[in-house]
Amino acid sequence: MIQGISIYEILTLSTIIFFIGVYGFLTRKNLITMLLSIELILNASAINFVVINKYLFPENLQGVYFSIFIIAVAAAESALAVAIIINLYKLITSVEVEDTEIMKY
Amino acid sequence: MERIIFYILALIMIVFAIKTVSSRKMLRSVIYLLFVLIGISGIYFLIDYTFLAAIQLAVYAGGVIVLIIFSVLMVHHIELRLDVTSIKDRILAGIISLAGISVTLFAIYTYKFNPVENYNAIDVDEIGKGLLSYKEGGFILPFEVISVLLVAVMIGAIIIAKGKRLEQ
Repeated sequence: MIQGISIYEILTLSTIIFFIGVYGFLTRKNLITMLLSIELILNASAINFVVINKYLFPENLQGVYFSIFIIAVAAAESALAVAIIINLYKLITSVEVEDTEIMKY
Repeated sequence: MERIIFYILALIMIVFAIKTVSSRKMLRSVIYLLFVLIGISGIYFLIDYTFLAAIQLAVYAGGVIVLIIFSVLMVHHIELRLDVTSIKDRILAGIISLAGISVTLFAIYTYKFNPVENYNAIDVDEIGKGLLSYKEGGFILPFEVISVLLVAVMIGAIIIAKGKRLEQ
């Protein structure tokens, strides 16, 4: 644990980052910037896993494993999302959410 | 000392997170996200989980950000500024986020955590043994599932990104 820093301060930090990500997800109109907001949200939850593991259950490592899995799944998700975005740009030359209706069929 | 470093990191992360969701240049907001991710790995270093911090730096700063930068360069003109959303939408999203923050912080500060004092770092081999253990509490099955997921994503990304042009 960090000397002089309680668990509340770190949880406050991760909460703020999480809801900044939610704000970005709600206001952005572009697929790539929405992906960035999702990365913020995933990272804030990964911080929570690690910090709760370190402060409350230091003899276990479950939080570390879950963070590793979150990082792996986030990397996989962003790779797939980038592939989809590039394909979509080839089809309709736009990555705005409003133009995205081609995947319906 | 560590306290000061934590506050500096927190300030950097919050400022750059806000810049990430509000910057009107797309490539800049990707770079701001990179600073947030590096700050998160700094937090992992501060609580002595160095392996996780290294993973965070390697996978996020090294992999994901570069991938997103390439996709931005391919689909977006650098000089172009993003459209701003209407002020009504932004206020609504801000109210929703502030309500979420206040509810979550209320829940956090009214709950009494019982932290255990500890300053010991964990070894990498401990993490590896836990990941590959098939005894009770081992993580071998999720580990293998993640491996299969990564292979599936690799093949899927290649096939999707190759895609055919739509016949008009």
